[in-house]
Amino acid sequence: MSGARWFAVLAVIAWSALAALVLRQRFERRGADHRGPGRRFVRARGTLIAVGILVFFATVALVAPLLTPYRPSLQLDIVRLQNAPPSWGHPLGTDLYSRDTWSRIAYGARVSLSVGTLAMLLAATLGALVGAAAGYFRRWTDAVLMRLVDVGLAIPRIFILLVAAALTTHLPLATLVLMLGLTSWFATSRLVRAEVLSIRERDFVASARALGGGAWRVIFRHVLPNVAAPLIVSMALGIAQVMLLEAALSFLGVGVQPPTPSWGNMIAEGRDQLATAPWTTIFPGLAIVLVVMALNTVADALRDALDPRQETP
Amino acid sequence: MATWLLRRLAAALAIVFAVVTLSFIAIHLAPGTPFLPGDERAVDPAVVAALRARFGLDQPLPVQFVRYLGALGHGDLGLSFSQRRPVAQALADAVPNTLLLAGTALAVDLLLGLTLGTYQASRARRRVDAAIRAATLTLYSLPVFWLALVLLLVFGERLHWLPVGGIRDPVLSDSAPFAAHLADRLRHLILPALTLGVVGAAGTARYQRAAMLEALNQEFVRAARAKGLSERRVVWLHALRNALLPAITMVGLALPFLLTGAVLVETVFAWPGMGKLTADAIAARDYPVVTATALLASVLVVTGSALADLLYMAADPRVRAPDA
Repeated sequence: MSGARWFAVLAVIAWSALAALVLRQRFERRGADHRGPGRRFVRARGTLIAVGILVFFATVALVAPLLTPYRPSLQLDIVRLQNAPPSWGHPLGTDLYSRDTWSRIAYGARVSLSVGTLAMLLAATLGALVGAAAGYFRRWTDAVLMRLVDVGLAIPRIFILLVAAALTTHLPLATLVLMLGLTSWFATSRLVRAEVLSIRERDFVASARALGGGAWRVIFRHVLPNVAAPLIVSMALGIAQVMLLEAALSFLGVGVQPPTPSWGNMIAEGRDQLATAPWTTIFPGLAIVLVVMALNTVADALRDALDPRQETP
Repeated sequence: MATWLLRRLAAALAIVFAVVTLSFIAIHLAPGTPFLPGDERAVDPAVVAALRARFGLDQPLPVQFVRYLGALGHGDLGLSFSQRRPVAQALADAVPNTLLLAGTALAVDLLLGLTLGTYQASRARRRVDAAIRAATLTLYSLPVFWLALVLLLVFGERLHWLPVGGIRDPVLSDSAPFAAHLADRLRHLILPALTLGVVGAAGTARYQRAAMLEALNQEFVRAARAKGLSERRVVWLHALRNALLPAITMVGLALPFLLTGAVLVETVFAWPGMGKLTADAIAARDYPVVTATALLASVLVVTGSALADLLYMAADPRVRAPDA
């Protein structure tokens, strides 16, 4: 890896630290609301480091070509560079096919992060809609939707996904996102429903209805905004869960298909060289751990900040 | 109570039926056929057609489904295509292994998780609490299969303390004493069960800490302290008993997690259980085995959550069956 690339990587690290510090500054400066949720958020243990880690990986995903010396699927030298240990030229080593592990992790960030984020957005939307409908309309809508959720929660998701993945021989990424999103909304919808059940009895909802607001107008304008706090927390946790699930599926060989790198399928490919080239397994795993841990930390801090009554489990 | 039980049973049956139907349809619609999983070898089409006819695969899907349900009603799970024996036998080989693995993992999960969470709550917001909280958050964020691989690398490949996979030592003779077989089985069990149990324990500890903090804030704890009981008695006897209620629900919810984790951990450690059976069956388009494992998994999960509800009602007289 050339000097310029090293410099670019250092620049991204500096930028991530700066972003975290600016965030703290934004809520810690004089005149800021001292009891506001923003301040509680930045003051929580580990939040700034977690934000820094997330900014780092998001930036790496965005500008991957600038930070990596090779294309992720380029086989450099199948004879001399097979399973080469980490060095200055290849900071995270190379894999069985002599591909640069750092390049693959950087491009893998694009796949893993976008699959996780998109699937979570789909799941959160579905969960919010179903939960709001069930909680607001009650009666048979509630009964039908919640029985559906019971079914969804009763099957270990990995079984559904394994069977669903068998439907296509070569799984496009869009389908994977769809599959993950469509099987990840059950818990969110229960959460939203529970909140909506209490919000729908409040006076402002009654007055909105009395003014002639249609059901969905009341739901979108008056009910859902009040569910935002728990929904945001569950979205942060949701990305973490979906990323772990995507990694697990790719590890089992039914998720993201090689040669497209994802952190999960990199672990799967490195697995057979575990004894001779552990770096091909360890580093993508560390990337997953760092991102998931940062997301969980942020979710914990958000929950504490947005809902001070409830202590983090 | 009786009505509640009946409704619960009906709902459970409906869920299991839905799962079986979905997986039946999905796996039959999947491209590829059971008798030609790979197209590397040419097989006489007449032979394949004969095989398909013999197993009724030439019939329309609804007919096949009704036939399958009919057989299921008689307790017949069908024949496995890839293993050439009844599905029930394949399950009988795999299920005890998974139960052993998941059971041990659950024990580790609960013992470690409940102890840690309770201890944390008794030291809430001190340095120990923060340290354990950081540790459980880290464990909670690990991909199970990656942790399995790392443990395998360290304790199996590098240190040679524990075997790298499988369920028994292939060279251990059958005539070896029972104790030797038991020790061998335990040595093979340690890594997979620890992997699954420790990750689960991290989640359990996080919930238990919250439940304990809530319990410690209640009046009866103040009463216990006021009457001069030692802090240790207050925490580990009075408060813990009350904080165990949420744990009961959690055991019910832990089952899906354990089954999912088992699929991954079994794959890494070559543990011949349900997870491996399912993954292999899907790859081979072994329809009866896939449907049977989905059936079994959903039955386990539904039973688990029903048992948790019943236990909860037995443990807490304030909770009564709705509509009783």
